[in-house]
Amino acid sequence: MTSTTSAPPAQQPKSRPGDRIFAGTAKGAGILILIILAGVAVFLISESVPALTAPADEIPGDGGLASYIWPLIFGTLLSATIALLVATPLAVAIALFITFYAPRKLAAGLGYVVDLLAAIPSIVYGFWGIFWLAPRLVPFYRWLEENLGFIPFFVGPVSSSGRTMLTIGLVLAVMILPIVSAISREVFSQVPTLHTEAALALGATRWEMIKMAVIPYGKSGVIGGSMLGLGRALGETMAVAIILSGSAAGITWALITSANPQTIAANIALEFPESTGLAVNTLIASGLALFLITLLVNMLARWVVSRRADFSGAN
Amino acid sequence: MSTSTQQSSAAPETSAPSQGALGGHEKQAPWVPWAVFGAAAVLALGFGLLTSWNIVLFVIYTVVLGTLGTYVLSRVTEGPRKAVDRLVTCLVISAFGIAMVPLVSLVYEVVRRGAARFDAEFFTASLQGIIGPGGGAYHALMGTLIITLLTTLISVPIGLMTAIYLVEYGTGRLKKSITFFIDVMTGIPSIVAGLFAYALFVLIFGPGVRLGIMGAVALSVLMIPVVVRSAEEVLKLVPNELREAAYALGVPKWRTILKVVIPTAIAGLATGVTLAIARVIGETAPLLITVGITNALNFNPFDGRMATLPVYAYYQLTQPGVPPQDAIDRAWTAALVLIMLVMGLNVVARLISRLFAPKTSR
Repeated sequence: MTSTTSAPPAQQPKSRPGDRIFAGTAKGAGILILIILAGVAVFLISESVPALTAPADEIPGDGGLASYIWPLIFGTLLSATIALLVATPLAVAIALFITFYAPRKLAAGLGYVVDLLAAIPSIVYGFWGIFWLAPRLVPFYRWLEENLGFIPFFVGPVSSSGRTMLTIGLVLAVMILPIVSAISREVFSQVPTLHTEAALALGATRWEMIKMAVIPYGKSGVIGGSMLGLGRALGETMAVAIILSGSAAGITWALITSANPQTIAANIALEFPESTGLAVNTLIASGLALFLITLLVNMLARWVVSRRADFSGAN
Repeated sequence: MSTSTQQSSAAPETSAPSQGALGGHEKQAPWVPWAVFGAAAVLALGFGLLTSWNIVLFVIYTVVLGTLGTYVLSRVTEGPRKAVDRLVTCLVISAFGIAMVPLVSLVYEVVRRGAARFDAEFFTASLQGIIGPGGGAYHALMGTLIITLLTTLISVPIGLMTAIYLVEYGTGRLKKSITFFIDVMTGIPSIVAGLFAYALFVLIFGPGVRLGIMGAVALSVLMIPVVVRSAEEVLKLVPNELREAAYALGVPKWRTILKVVIPTAIAGLATGVTLAIARVIGETAPLLITVGITNALNFNPFDGRMATLPVYAYYQLTQPGVPPQDAIDRAWTAALVLIMLVMGLNVVARLISRLFAPKTSR
């Protein structure tokens, strides 16, 4: 990013050993990161090969690798989707609040408070989810079953402990809220002042100004940010493992019963410590699937965010 | 709601002189929304007393009724555009309020439940030979400190040197691909990092291996990209004039970086490293599958299982033993200590960046 190398020296500088060693070390560190990432992929693949090649009846569950992993993928995607649907509108509203509504002096402090949510370890979210949130959601779930039970998502019987897929979705939503709102905030604060002031000068109300100047400018940033949040929700482990332990029900759309699909990450955390042999390879194979899914989501998100930098529509 | 319309007409001195810019409608006095919400609170209170009293329902009723009341009133007196604006303002503020609920309730709950065992024994005793009450997390605390220290020792040199490469040396395709893959690495799920460390060490030591150093390797995969990102941002902020001045004096590039660039950016670097430590110190999943758990003291990360605070909390909660309450209390105290560590590191990072602000900028 600096232009130190672009300025042509008056004379060819003599090659110093210190310079070469330092530059080599720096370059080596950079390359080492590429090697580590390649290593992650290679080691995961090499350790999951035994599971990929094993006969179907030796895989835990006796149905082969695909039927073992598929319900887990379903649970992972379902919980992350719920989290995304809940978190994105909230996060955008929070970002709008901090950027455009809160008093200037308070704004930085409020942003920091929201960021604190990101600092809390995921296991503590699990504790909070199972002891505080889940019991308080049970009456709400009862109400959902009574009034909206005709929708497949809300069929009964309601879990009496509140440890359900919807609870997981809400906990994950809280966990990804900070990252989505941080990126939205960053994008919103980059909206050119000329645009917002022009809108206000034409007599727009604050909401009309946001609708006309801020949302079009920040849309792709918000999409990218929420996809980064999605990536994080997909990989969340401990909160899900604590709240959903002991209920692996395969594929079901019911969100408020006590039979819920497990997620990949939580399944690994729950099964790994007691597994040996081929079961470990199977778990690593499911981890590989998770790795590929998050890789895809994250690369897509980065692409969306970086595309915004090229043509933001504001230039 | 009808009461508040009366109130607004009873205050002609505020509403009369302001001619509304929007279609000749009157402008609302600033206290009107508050009055509407007050009326909504009274209504919700009555509602709650008639049915069953519940603080959560009371707040929800108040917010919903207040928002609707503000919208309807504004629509009648100020016109639809202003009304929508007020509606959105209410929604945005409630959204922020909703986001505060988990933060406040979580901190309150952890402090309340964690306080029971927040005593000297918790920090000085291990769990060896403990059944029932007593015992502590000394072994887990030391394990967390040792593994985090190792992680920092691995991650900071690699991360810092990579950032230096990206800012000072990097050109062309290698720089682009490193930047891209660091973004990718930021998104690796923590459990996958744990699986990577496990797969790596299984090749060397055979199946079922559990070592402290494995945890450090797994956490490094998560920490390195954070260090690189923050260090890169900070190094970019160092003004180019400083580098050029050093070159003009005949200082070699590597000494310029070590003696000029890094000292200038040291506060930002320290902040970034502190935040990166805060990011990994609460990680549970990778340690669960690489380091395992033990009840005894183990200070040697190259020999056998170690206890760490997050994993300790997890096992105390999920496998509490026969009188479960003692272990569950210990789990909450471990969670409390964990939150205090993370928040403390965040505060330290803020202090560093405030006290040792860059010497050259501005």
